[in-house]
Amino acid sequence: MTSSDSSSPPTLEDVAKVASLSRLNLGEDALDSARNDLLAILKHVANLQTLDVEGVEPMPKPQDTVNRLAEDEPGQCLDREILLAMAPKTEGSFIAVPKVLGEGGA
Amino acid sequence: MTTPPPDFQFDPIFDPGDDLTARVRRVRDGETTVSLRLESMLTAVDSANPSLNAFHEVLADSARATAASIDARLAAGDDPGPLAGSVIAVKDNFCTTEGHTTCGSRMLENYRSPFDATAITRLRDAGATLVGKTNMDEFAMGSSSEHCAWGPVRNPHGINRVPGGSSGGSAAAVAAGISDAAVGSDTGGSIRQPAAFCGCVGFKPTYGRISRYGLVAFGSSLDQIGPLARSVRDAATIYEAMAGIDPNDATTSDLTVEPSLLDGPFDPSSLRVGIPREHCTNRNHPGVSERLEQTIDALRAAGATIVDIDLPLTDHGISTYYVIAPAEASSNLSRYDGIRYGYRADPRPGESLETLYARTRSEGFGPEVQRRIMLGTYVLSAGYYDAYYKRALQVRRLIKHEFDAAFTKCDVLLGPTSPHPAFQIGAELDLLSMYLNDVYTVNANIAGIPAISIPGGMVEEDGETLPMGIHLQTPAFCEKSLFRIASTVESMLRSD
Repeated sequence: MTSSDSSSPPTLEDVAKVASLSRLNLGEDALDSARNDLLAILKHVANLQTLDVEGVEPMPKPQDTVNRLAEDEPGQCLDREILLAMAPKTEGSFIAVPKVLGEGGA
Repeated sequence: MTTPPPDFQFDPIFDPGDDLTARVRRVRDGETTVSLRLESMLTAVDSANPSLNAFHEVLADSARATAASIDARLAAGDDPGPLAGSVIAVKDNFCTTEGHTTCGSRMLENYRSPFDATAITRLRDAGATLVGKTNMDEFAMGSSSEHCAWGPVRNPHGINRVPGGSSGGSAAAVAAGISDAAVGSDTGGSIRQPAAFCGCVGFKPTYGRISRYGLVAFGSSLDQIGPLARSVRDAATIYEAMAGIDPNDATTSDLTVEPSLLDGPFDPSSLRVGIPREHCTNRNHPGVSERLEQTIDALRAAGATIVDIDLPLTDHGISTYYVIAPAEASSNLSRYDGIRYGYRADPRPGESLETLYARTRSEGFGPEVQRRIMLGTYVLSAGYYDAYYKRALQVRRLIKHEFDAAFTKCDVLLGPTSPHPAFQIGAELDLLSMYLNDVYTVNANIAGIPAISIPGGMVEEDGETLPMGIHLQTPAFCEKSLFRIASTVESMLRSD
């Protein structure tokens, strides 16, 4: 991010960076509109900054429960054919993707 | 927007003697069969759905097979379960092996789940016949069911009005009488607000009561599954069929799920009803305020103790939600990359994998989903995490403390479900006004407590008569009390 603290509103460059992190392909107009939306929402959520949260433990889920671990036993899994049938493109028994190394390619 | 003329009839106020519970009983008593009931329901769907757009997909063949099998079991003297005889609609974000699971999104337009959600398996095991998949805001992000790739859902009470969201298709189906009940999901009010807009009962249990396995994830620390129904007792029966620990969802609670209504409704004279001042403000529609006052007066007249409660963090709930939910959504929705399943953009020669991801996601997701992914990514990114995400999690604890303190003074909190009745389709509310639809419901998700919306009577707006909802909340895992109290209030409002 170019703006390094939360008090400065996100710039267009920040928004482009967020779009890239989000794996979204936004054009110039869409970036501008995304920035306006972001500014409106951030303005609203700014009221969180007015509360005193000193010493308050963050609460990532609604109950302070301890995670329950499953027995380390093999379970059922879905057949390869079923999973492959869901993929948009396959080659033999593999899911086809563009080249990951080199210059890419479909 | 051209409005199709309504070509269906429905009863705007449910007959209390004709809820799912009564219908199931008639099937058991041999007065009718599930197959006969299903056929008349399918005819009603054919007639009403072109106007309402409640269903994205009707599962007629599999529903007929289920109904025939349940009829055969009943004829053989078997007990196919407490929901045998019922016809239930399913929000399109529950994974079902029958039909598609689209989440109202082009991203999953052709997706067929290879497994059933646990809640679906349990409904089937309880004898329910699942009639179809209902439309919703894309990936459950919205309060109007307008943000659906398959077109907006319409409210049976006012065909130009939204049914609420995101479980709008489920609420519209129940309200129009084209399913006996429905199931939905609630991340910030997505069962209760549509229930209020459509005049049904909508219930969200305590976080951890119902397995989320097979529910397409939105905000994993907020999402809960629940019923939309014609009566409180219907909602309790459907909830009990779905609830309980599940090895496939480590967040499910191992606490016993008690039958809710065996002991009957609460005696109102033993009840302390808390009224949050922040839920009775002038932001409420005058008709909503009036109905709320009438409900409070009826409870007072029946001997209930009315207690004023302060919930000063009510408005901070929306802010907390719009940090936590998009943060969790941006993570959950990162799986939609066009590789393993779902939509993939047409590949272009020489295109990198990264570019294919981005084009797939920009073409597959609608604007509201992209907006929330962007917001979530922003609040989780370096330099902003502490200021937004961590702080929102701290405020979440303050909100929980606020509820804990309130429940030392009262047994139940009562207020309106939404500040206003259903608004017009295409009303073009600005972003924040749309988000404020959930101002009274969202804190129940943040604190993980159970909450229910029950029909609170009708209000007038612009010459139309529209339902409003009364919202009740109890402490975590107190579903039994909540259903009993809701049943008491429901009876009072019906006898009004």
